[in-house]
Amino acid sequence: MKSEPQTTSDEGLKASSDQLPQLALPRNPGMDLDMNWVRAVQANTSAIERRCATLSGRRSVKKDYQAAWLLKAITMIDLTTLSGDDTEGRVRRLCAKAAQPVRPEIMAALGMEPVTTGAVCVYHDMIETAVSSLKSLGVTMPVAAVSTGFPAGLSPYHLRVEEIRESVRAGAEEIDIVISRRHVLTGNWQALYDEMRDFREACGDAHVKAILATGELGSLRNVARASLVCMMAGADFIKTSTGKESVNATLPVSLVMIRAIRDYFDATGYKVGYKPAGGISKAKDALVYLSLIKEELGDDWLDPHLFRFGASSLLGDIERQLEHHVTGHYSATYRHPMG
Amino acid sequence: MTVKEKFDSMDYGPAPESAGEALEWIAARDSAFGLYINGEMTKPGALFDSRNPATGEVLAQVTQASADDVDVAVIAARKAQKSWGALPGHARAKYLYALARLVQKHSRLFAVLESMDNGKPIRESRDIDIPLVTRHFYYHAGMAQLQDAELPNREALGVCGQIIPWNFPLLMLAWKIAPAIAMGNTVVLKPAEYTSLTALLFAQICDEAGLPKGVVNIVTGDGRVGEAIGTHEGIDKIAFTGSTNVGRHIRRATAGSGKSLTLELGGKSPYIVFDDADLDSAVEGLVDAIWFNQGQVCCAGSRLIVQEGIADRFYAKLKARMGKLRIGDPLDKSIDVGAVVDPIQHQRITDMVNAGAGEGELYQAPCPLPDQGCFYPPTLITGLSSASTLMQEEIFGPVLAATTFRTPGEAVEIANNTRYGLAASVWSENVNLTLDIAPKLAAGVVWVNGTNMFDAAAGFGGVRESGFGREGGWEGLQAYTKPRGKAVALKPVAPVAAPKDAKVDALDRTAKFYVGGKQARPDGGYSQAIWAKSGTLLGHVGIANRKDIRNAVEAATAAKGWAKTTGHARAQILYYIGENLSARAGEFAARIDAMTGGKSGKKEVEAAISRLFTYAAWADKFDGAAKPVPMRGVALAMNEPVGVIGGFCPDEAPLLGLVSLMAPAIAMGNRVVLAASQPYPLAATDFYQVLDTSDVPSGVVNIIIGDHVTLAAPLAGHLGVDAIWSHSGADISATVELESAGNLKRSWVNNAKARDWMGAAGEGREFLSHATEVKTVWVPYGE
Repeated sequence: MKSEPQTTSDEGLKASSDQLPQLALPRNPGMDLDMNWVRAVQANTSAIERRCATLSGRRSVKKDYQAAWLLKAITMIDLTTLSGDDTEGRVRRLCAKAAQPVRPEIMAALGMEPVTTGAVCVYHDMIETAVSSLKSLGVTMPVAAVSTGFPAGLSPYHLRVEEIRESVRAGAEEIDIVISRRHVLTGNWQALYDEMRDFREACGDAHVKAILATGELGSLRNVARASLVCMMAGADFIKTSTGKESVNATLPVSLVMIRAIRDYFDATGYKVGYKPAGGISKAKDALVYLSLIKEELGDDWLDPHLFRFGASSLLGDIERQLEHHVTGHYSATYRHPMG
Repeated sequence: MTVKEKFDSMDYGPAPESAGEALEWIAARDSAFGLYINGEMTKPGALFDSRNPATGEVLAQVTQASADDVDVAVIAARKAQKSWGALPGHARAKYLYALARLVQKHSRLFAVLESMDNGKPIRESRDIDIPLVTRHFYYHAGMAQLQDAELPNREALGVCGQIIPWNFPLLMLAWKIAPAIAMGNTVVLKPAEYTSLTALLFAQICDEAGLPKGVVNIVTGDGRVGEAIGTHEGIDKIAFTGSTNVGRHIRRATAGSGKSLTLELGGKSPYIVFDDADLDSAVEGLVDAIWFNQGQVCCAGSRLIVQEGIADRFYAKLKARMGKLRIGDPLDKSIDVGAVVDPIQHQRITDMVNAGAGEGELYQAPCPLPDQGCFYPPTLITGLSSASTLMQEEIFGPVLAATTFRTPGEAVEIANNTRYGLAASVWSENVNLTLDIAPKLAAGVVWVNGTNMFDAAAGFGGVRESGFGREGGWEGLQAYTKPRGKAVALKPVAPVAAPKDAKVDALDRTAKFYVGGKQARPDGGYSQAIWAKSGTLLGHVGIANRKDIRNAVEAATAAKGWAKTTGHARAQILYYIGENLSARAGEFAARIDAMTGGKSGKKEVEAAISRLFTYAAWADKFDGAAKPVPMRGVALAMNEPVGVIGGFCPDEAPLLGLVSLMAPAIAMGNRVVLAASQPYPLAATDFYQVLDTSDVPSGVVNIIIGDHVTLAAPLAGHLGVDAIWSHSGADISATVELESAGNLKRSWVNNAKARDWMGAAGEGREFLSHATEVKTVWVPYGE
């Protein structure tokens, strides 16, 4: 991966808090809300769907390449548990899986050093548990917390902002906020911008992922506009879904969002990350997503600092595929440790 | 390379589709193929090599059919046609259904063989070509099933000679064979010499389907075989897809032979991007427009016309996208652009780009090319103008020529500034704009916010020098059927000779031409006398020459507003003409009787009035269709006027014949230049007075008088005339068809066969379909 900042900005390297961890990439500082740009955004649904429908036929990754890509996918997973019945025990188990997502002998057979998932993603109350268990496991991995009244984002505004601060204090390095869908649905872009600005500010050094809840935004054009407004307001990542909407990450939504990221980069020189979440459960789907990113955004985004999968069951399918790759035999779920 | 290195690089790596089964199939046939005639493969004859353009390797050897072979095939097809055409539609439907199933069952073998033979990426042959092939056979199995009930008044043409190109070898075979055999025709098909193999595999499929012997015959070889088919006397219809030059040659070679002809030729299709389009999607559309099949697509969106304000941004996005295209082994599943079909084509593309790129700025994608094989990089040339060679000439390669426009009107003007008229794409998020532009484009197919969409239910075909005829849909069946019944020879009608004892009225009456809404004297200054059978001088008429034709066509061209009037308004005018003719019915009847010496004048006038009413009725009822294509969206089949139609009126029915040509034409929004009945022209000259009083706008109907034999060449050869009809008593069918080749206008000639103008054959849908072009407008939608 590249260690040079890929940016047209002449601000150079800033203080470490302005940079994505481990990479000398300048963090997206945001910009003024540019309504001319927002209003000019178009998204032709049927053309976008055609592009997505043909993508899996246009790109195919086989054999060792496929294994390598699947391993890469693992490093991009925000291994997630967001359930009402989460307990400390459950979260510790999740962290253990995140720290060692693939059986060591499979990794050895592939000639690979150990990898970890990109992060673990939990509710606020589980942050401290996650941070301490990762520490005790000896892995350096961020803990991401969903916030701002996740998933609906309709709790009192000051509490939503405060929730972010609490989570950061509890040790979350990444905050997944939810936007107010009503601002999008009513075209109140200024309100969305202001909200995102406040959330970003509350995050401080923690990185902020803006969950658009695309399944509730009504149209791909709205998705594109909301993506842009959130980036203008300083989002480090834009993310599709909470996983709680009836429609979560889809390829068309992803295409729209990453094209917005590309346009934002072209205009500002800042790279914003992308996180599809919910509904990605098959290794094959993960490969299609990675090729979509590679085609539309480029190799720079094939990196955990700029791309994450929000997923809980994807890892299990990837593990089975990797064992198949190593042994030549199709695998079974129970052969792989649960998360 | 280790997994770790691949993990770091995230390259795609190779993803080859196996060539094994296809190579085995070839090897099992000793790598040498004969012809498929009368249900059997002949022994290989004079062989030529069929190469894989991606590697240059010889795949197999294929027989160069001789003229005798073509003879044998035509005889087999003729023999088979009798019983095949006599089968109930359901029986033929079962065979077509079996063919569809079998292609599907062997789909991967077809796809791999196609990619190896042609060089197209396996993704395209696998995901586009072959599925469209099966779809075409399924669809036309249904057409065979419905034929008896839905087309009771039409029947098969007979034996069809079909000549297809190398860019979509099996798909073009399907487009030709499926409708032909569905309607009860039999075929002799010649694949292109570069790409014969899937046609030969299809021959095997015909056997597996138990298709009766001789229904499908496949003869391979180069242009000499095509020539033998095109000029064969035993063939009733030629269907050709290929270059405009060869199409023109075939038009000339078949002129006067009585063969039906449909041509699907070249194009230089515009791809218009407005500033409110989804630019990323429009860029992606270009990948499917010009880098699909290496740009070797007749309807490729090869002329990018982009709104000036967004041009730079659009070009930047396009260049970035070009950099992501992967070129190489067509059998690799991650390849976007495969090999050009043959080194000759590669050289042609190279030469054209080298010669023309200097007129603009050349950009070639920085994609690595394989070391060997016919690979040409995706190429964009910006900054061109309409005058640039590369904006006018078809390149037939992965080369996009670009220019800019300022207004919607200018976009249309640039788009239509071409000899071709096959397809067009329009990108805008404004439905008002796109649906306004689509009808204005000179093209047989328009894609709104999309490109290169095809389906068996939707007509495909061009206007202008992109050819004539439609493939697909109900409209496609016109090309493979004819009205039932046996035509009888037309008896020529001689003008009444000057009597020995002329009876001349003292008051001179000189009828003139009717051009641009005005009476016009003949340019040449020559006139002829028209005599009654009784010996009375009925009057003089001018004799038109080519300049009169020029003037009449100019007037017709200028009356283009007529095409935009509503069907209701056109109906009103046709009714009004009928009303005014009715008011003078007695006078017209007497005039006809005087000229012809008969007594049918009254009946003819009544029929003419009825005919005007018929087309007044049709003016707002010749409906288009919304095609059920497999897509969320609509494919609209819109019946559009052809443009300026030249017509030679029947001699024998001086008033009714003229009305029979004029009325359907103008009802559908065309303008006409009509050469009136030669022996009895005065009904026409009287008739223009009726037109004058009936609010017919100037230039919509133009009438000239003269010798049809003399006028045939200049009218049929006029490059501003869009279609030519001859129902003349003079033997001019061959001349008309020959001269129509200039701009490849649609022609409709009587081949010296009579038509009952008084009866049902004198009006109706046959006339309306000749008076219209089906434009298919694809409008995918979704929010």
